[in-house]
Amino acid sequence: MKNNKESEEIIEMLSPIERKVVPYLKKSIKEIIKLSGLDESSVLLAIQFLEKKDILKTKAKTDRIIDLGTNGIYYKKNHLPERKLLLTLEEQNHLQLNEAKKLSKLSENEFKVALGVLKDKAQINIANGKISLNATKEELFKKSLEEQFLEILPIKESSLSSEQRFAFETLKKRKDIIEIKNETEISFELTEKGREIAGKEIKLDLLEEVTPEIVKSWTSGKKFRRYDIQASVPKIYGGKKHFVNQSIEYAKRIWTDLGFTEMQGNFIDSSFWVFDALFTPQDHPAREMQDTFFIKNVQAKLPDSKIVKAVKQAHETGIAGSKGWNYSWKEKDAKKVVLRTHTTSLSVRTLASLKESNFPAKYFAIGKVFRNETVDWSHGFEFYQTEGIVVDPNASLRHLLGYLKEFYKKMGYEKIKFVPSFFAYTEPSVEIQVWHPERKIWLELGGAGIFRPEVTTALLGKPIPVLAWGQGFDRIITEYYKIKDLREMYSNDIKDLRNKKEWIK
Amino acid sequence: MATAKFPRVEIEKHIKLTPENLERIMLLGIPISLQGEEVEIEITPNRPDLLSMQGFLRMIKTYLKEPGLKKYKVNPPEKNFRVKIDSSVKEIRPFTACAIVKNLKFDDIKIKEIIDLQEKLHTTVGRNRKKLAIGIYPLEKITLPIIYEARAPEKIKFRPLEAEHEMTGLEILQKHPTGKEHSSILNGFEKFPVFVDAKGNILSMPPIINSHETGKITRDTKEVFIECSGFDFATLKKTLNIIVTTFADMNGKIYAMELQYEKKEITPDLNPEKIKLSLDNANKLLGLDLRERDLEKLLPKMGYEYSNGIVKIPAWRIDILHEVDIIEDIAIAYGYDKLIPEIPKVATIGEESKKSRIKSKISEILIGAGLIETSSYHLIKDEEAKKANLKENEKIEVEDSKTDYKLLRPNLLIPTLRMFAENKDHEYPQKIFEIGTSFTKDMREETQIKESENLIIASSPANFTEIKGIMDYLARILNIEYKLKEASHKELIDGRSGAIIFNNKQIGYIGEVHPQTLKDWNIKMPLSIIEISLEEIFNSLLSSL
Repeated sequence: MKNNKESEEIIEMLSPIERKVVPYLKKSIKEIIKLSGLDESSVLLAIQFLEKKDILKTKAKTDRIIDLGTNGIYYKKNHLPERKLLLTLEEQNHLQLNEAKKLSKLSENEFKVALGVLKDKAQINIANGKISLNATKEELFKKSLEEQFLEILPIKESSLSSEQRFAFETLKKRKDIIEIKNETEISFELTEKGREIAGKEIKLDLLEEVTPEIVKSWTSGKKFRRYDIQASVPKIYGGKKHFVNQSIEYAKRIWTDLGFTEMQGNFIDSSFWVFDALFTPQDHPAREMQDTFFIKNVQAKLPDSKIVKAVKQAHETGIAGSKGWNYSWKEKDAKKVVLRTHTTSLSVRTLASLKESNFPAKYFAIGKVFRNETVDWSHGFEFYQTEGIVVDPNASLRHLLGYLKEFYKKMGYEKIKFVPSFFAYTEPSVEIQVWHPERKIWLELGGAGIFRPEVTTALLGKPIPVLAWGQGFDRIITEYYKIKDLREMYSNDIKDLRNKKEWIK
Repeated sequence: MATAKFPRVEIEKHIKLTPENLERIMLLGIPISLQGEEVEIEITPNRPDLLSMQGFLRMIKTYLKEPGLKKYKVNPPEKNFRVKIDSSVKEIRPFTACAIVKNLKFDDIKIKEIIDLQEKLHTTVGRNRKKLAIGIYPLEKITLPIIYEARAPEKIKFRPLEAEHEMTGLEILQKHPTGKEHSSILNGFEKFPVFVDAKGNILSMPPIINSHETGKITRDTKEVFIECSGFDFATLKKTLNIIVTTFADMNGKIYAMELQYEKKEITPDLNPEKIKLSLDNANKLLGLDLRERDLEKLLPKMGYEYSNGIVKIPAWRIDILHEVDIIEDIAIAYGYDKLIPEIPKVATIGEESKKSRIKSKISEILIGAGLIETSSYHLIKDEEAKKANLKENEKIEVEDSKTDYKLLRPNLLIPTLRMFAENKDHEYPQKIFEIGTSFTKDMREETQIKESENLIIASSPANFTEIKGIMDYLARILNIEYKLKEASHKELIDGRSGAIIFNNKQIGYIGEVHPQTLKDWNIKMPLSIIEISLEEIFNSLLSSL
């Protein structure tokens, strides 16, 4: 009962060509081609489909097949040169060589070959420039081994008789009479399921595709051919957001959920906003060409003189009770134009635009930053940073840790460690490390801190505590996507982009 | 970050490097690792006092077992312990701070330690000797007092360290390896600074090199003269303190010297500086509830002395500019690991920027149309600028790029053409878009460079009809109207390209890329392109957000 139902389902699943083949499945493929009325390729396709349905198992056997070559096809129709010569001689014996060649209509080459063959077989004699027959009539009219061989072609090399092999060996040496091809012969064996249905006449009227006509004239009772839903289908590709931007969008949502407003701004900025306003002394190594991209042949305007004066004072003699760096600060250096080395330039510009009535305020940015670096698997000259500031007269170091801990938790890092660190513009300063649960290592993600009073006093007019962070973001992306080589991030390899999995967090 | 390596045996004479102690050192913000017989630590630039083994040991001993401000005795200057600073150095290298240390015993290891320390101080605090340079001399070879003065280069003649012969000041800068390395510091000056002893022997030409005869420490050296020269007297004095206390930790006896500036100075000065600390400020900044007695316990662990709101700072700390620097050390002593993270209950409203929102919308529409978003570098290569026939005034170059990427991209077309060339063997059709910044020179801008956000859409193989179809779709869904005007573009086929007009302004171009361009870029398949500046569209849509 169960078997019946199963074979019924299989039958309903058969495509039209399969259905035509099934009644003859107990026969060989050759016979199926004859009996089913399908051409060879359709039968083979049907066999392939049936194999996927576990109805049969194919076996492929590769054999050398001997077949007629170009000359062979011609000779089979028009006699081999030696036969032509024999026939000519039979009509007129004892011919001059030249005459024999002319009368038998052979080319120079063919004539030579024909002479050679017939001499070997001792069917002719050549004396005094004349050819004479040397064979009995009976012998003459018997087909040669070669002629017989041409007629049975094609044949498998493995099945040659000894006589056939002899003919094969001689013909092989002659030009293009025979040809050897590798041919794969497919045969099959029925499986248990197959034996169940093989030979059955299928009289099913199954529907193929739904067409508007079928819909229009639909009456119940008709059946559709069942599909093999396991069969593989052609790949399709969809439109996609770049994987880096997918992760950035997620991070942006975390910050907005935490009550932060997005900052935007330029990649190109003056050293003033990138360094000086951040209390980074003008001889600091970060301000050298080997670390920072300076832009040739341009010079920036400095902001309104109040801020410039405050920044100069912060550097030279100190501000807000600080001793400063004690050197002579130069406007010229502050005017140098750079590709921002951190998104902190956005925070600095934001601070300069705030009024006391704006506090408390929280801002974030996720953007590209640039370093003059070589490019290899672990270095690049562009990468993303996630930046944030909290301007709040009551802000504390513990709040800073709180925001960062929450952010990284939402990024999937439950365990976080804060280690003392140093940056010219924050005090206290913190380095953030998160525990990678799979790789079992601490990942160093970058710095954070509370802006020094030298920074905030120059920008806000007062030493209001400002929590600040600017952390590398690419590390989080490469860890998520298991990217080993940083160059993959922005290589825009379309195959890779098409197949990259979605950022799911 | 500077890396320092010390012999493990020497450290363990004082502190056992148990896993627990290593963890505690790590929590001071000093990455430490054991590498066989050596201990490797990384030092942040604010703590050059930890670059010597003695300085590092002093800190961790104080932190782990002997809290308090470590005191060193400075003996008063003996006879002739004087350096006269001639006014001729004023414009060149105006200051020096000097000291003498006696009772030393050098072996090869100690000599190497001192040279290492000197070199690390040169590269960090000294900014490669420009801001500050240090000379250490065997006292037995020189005759006090000393003069610090500037002389014309040809009047400077001595045998520099490791050289065969005497050289003049100029020869040293031109021929001596160390001279060549640092020549830029003195180039352009008519006179070079020198230290000269009472017999007229030149001890050194700072910040370049010492004399081979009078400026080389050997195993026989028992007493040394130390000078730091540079531009910032306060930093010089502190750096000198780092060195003399290192020597003192090697059993040396420190002697002061009299510096004859216009006003007399005595160095070294190891008296601690005092700074006011408000407990309230500390608690506010850290979010803690510490009491006076906590400060009395925590600050000595970091090497300070504290009482009644006054902190005494070790004279070798160069990084204390403000009360906040002390407050950070309080947090470190308290333990960053013990600070409980907290999100304050302060209500602020979060918001994505409006531009970001519009960009997201555009992306969404194009992704819906089956396009893949790409993300390219902002820099392009020289050869690409050449292929794109960029004019000189369109090129904005960065200085000394370490890669082939040397110019800011003037459009998104160049990175896009590169991308299609790189993807020529991947499955087609390839339809992409990117939103990104392009850079052009504009003297009206604050940085003389204008940044604008562009959108590029590219499809291959695709003809004009297909690419225009995408533009139509985008405009329809954004509910904006645009017009096309026939216009030629150097990379597009004439008659199959146009300018995109929005609000009566040309915002971009559209068309089929010319086969010559495709050939130049090694692209095999036909390609159609749209590139528009989004600024006008932002302006028009922002009003509806």
